[in-house]
Amino acid sequence: MSILGATTNELRVRLERGDVTSVDVTTAYLDQIAVHDAQVQAFLLVDRDAALEQARDVDAKRQAGHAVGKLAGVPVALKDVVCTKGVRTTCGSRMLENFVPPYDAHVVQRLKEADAVLIGKTNMDEFAMGSSTENSAYQVTKNPWDLARTPGGSSGGSAAAVSASMAPLAIGSDTGGSIRQPAGFCGVVGMKPTYGRISRFGLVAYASSLDQLGPFASDVSGAALLLEVMSGHDARDSTSVNVPVPEYSRSVDEPLAGLRIGVAREHFVEGLDREVEAAIRTALDVYRKLGAEVKEVSLPHSQYAVAVYYIIAPSEASSNLARYDGVHYGHRAKDFSNMIDMYSASRGEGFGTEVKRRIMLGAYALSAGYYDAYYLKALKVRRLIRQDFDQAFQSVDVIASPVAPTPAFKIGELVNDPLAMYLSDIYTLSANLAGLPGICIPAGFSGKNLPIGLQLLAAPFQEERLLRTARMFERETDWHKQRAKL
Amino acid sequence: MATQLTRADVQKVALLGRLKLSDAELEAYTQSLGNIIGYVERLNEVNTDDVEPMVHAVELSNVFRADEVRPSLPRADALANAPKSERGFFLVPQILDER
Repeated sequence: MSILGATTNELRVRLERGDVTSVDVTTAYLDQIAVHDAQVQAFLLVDRDAALEQARDVDAKRQAGHAVGKLAGVPVALKDVVCTKGVRTTCGSRMLENFVPPYDAHVVQRLKEADAVLIGKTNMDEFAMGSSTENSAYQVTKNPWDLARTPGGSSGGSAAAVSASMAPLAIGSDTGGSIRQPAGFCGVVGMKPTYGRISRFGLVAYASSLDQLGPFASDVSGAALLLEVMSGHDARDSTSVNVPVPEYSRSVDEPLAGLRIGVAREHFVEGLDREVEAAIRTALDVYRKLGAEVKEVSLPHSQYAVAVYYIIAPSEASSNLARYDGVHYGHRAKDFSNMIDMYSASRGEGFGTEVKRRIMLGAYALSAGYYDAYYLKALKVRRLIRQDFDQAFQSVDVIASPVAPTPAFKIGELVNDPLAMYLSDIYTLSANLAGLPGICIPAGFSGKNLPIGLQLLAAPFQEERLLRTARMFERETDWHKQRAKL
Repeated sequence: MATQLTRADVQKVALLGRLKLSDAELEAYTQSLGNIIGYVERLNEVNTDDVEPMVHAVELSNVFRADEVRPSLPRADALANAPKSERGFFLVPQILDER
């Protein structure tokens, strides 16, 4: 079997046996990038020599008989939202065009400790604000299944990279669905763990109470392994929770007996594409055949998730992005009349349209006279959303839903209608507001041969259950084995 | 209550956010922000009497750590990305008049 068609586990086994070297594996992915990325434009940075050097080091370590890490020799692509020491990190923004971080993000350290090969930095919506990767200041990433369509966003580069076999694994960040929705659009596995499961140290902040890092892979086992490597407490992020990290990759193949799957009636309403609905209903039948019980649950406040999110996330962003002042790092304007004007000119030039929109939206919601009506109100409805889930998880183990109302939309289709773009996030936002883990797995194709994603959500810190549930479905289907023809 | 967002409102939040906008941008944002604000006002339908605001998904109390001296980022590294620096400091435009 070819290297590019192999799963992460198959790669590991072949590397362990010595059937292939990391240099072979890394070269295969670098060649795939060289051939196809001019079209897909998933990567903002690929340093072939640096990647091959890492691969050679791991090969040497293995050949010398030293113990190697869990991802030894396996390439991983990084969304350009995580800081990489000495390697440019742009966050998809002109503001950080020349930013070279002086330290590694916690997850980057973890990957290095696991002997992974860091193959490149992937494209994203500027500061992770967007659902299509069209808000990147640098390039528009294409969906490998249909180059006229978006890969989703904001982690569209990472999703497209895995989908186009340019990397077996990738890291993304998910503030309102930015891992799960692009995974669905690109036909790969993407997971947002519980808030606090993975340290955010070195993750460029967008909305700090919602941001969470997570894995992309071509199958559930690959996602389980990468999650295992990324997870765990880090004193440098005081919101990272100090609870033991299960060996997700070890238990992932064990089916769950007596599984109860919840289906929310609020998720099957107007606006949901018929083919997407049919795929999700078929997926539920697969679970029924496996002996799971499918039960209706109610999430009455889920209809308010978009409104709550687009108050809370911009409010946090307006505060977080105040750090870009043209003084410490980032873009500084050439022409200005005084200090305040330097801030305004630098920020006016350095930020793109959507980032400015969210900064102003947040500033509005937090400003005197509006704080109670918007921000405080949103925080209260956020609690009601969480309480709906707490109630639902009393009677079910996971909740199944579409990941997005439609398959991948066309490039240019929604980008000039921000509200319509926001509404496309309807199925993913609640998990961030409530802090829940969620996974998206391939669950079929539309008539136009576009992937359809199944989202599964669970109670906090139930990642193991989520992965095992996802794997039960994957084992019965071959959607995840389909690859886009480039 | 449908709040009508005006150009002056957008000018105000642009000032708060320290964002220099062109006239065309001001015009476009007045429209798009107005639409979004109009949409989020549906939260007024929800009764939130006696509901505590939820600021965080994991409701942690203060996380304490020992107050220990540890190495910090070397000054040269901290300054390496600065648009302008001089003699070990970040350089900013003059803010006080010379007298």
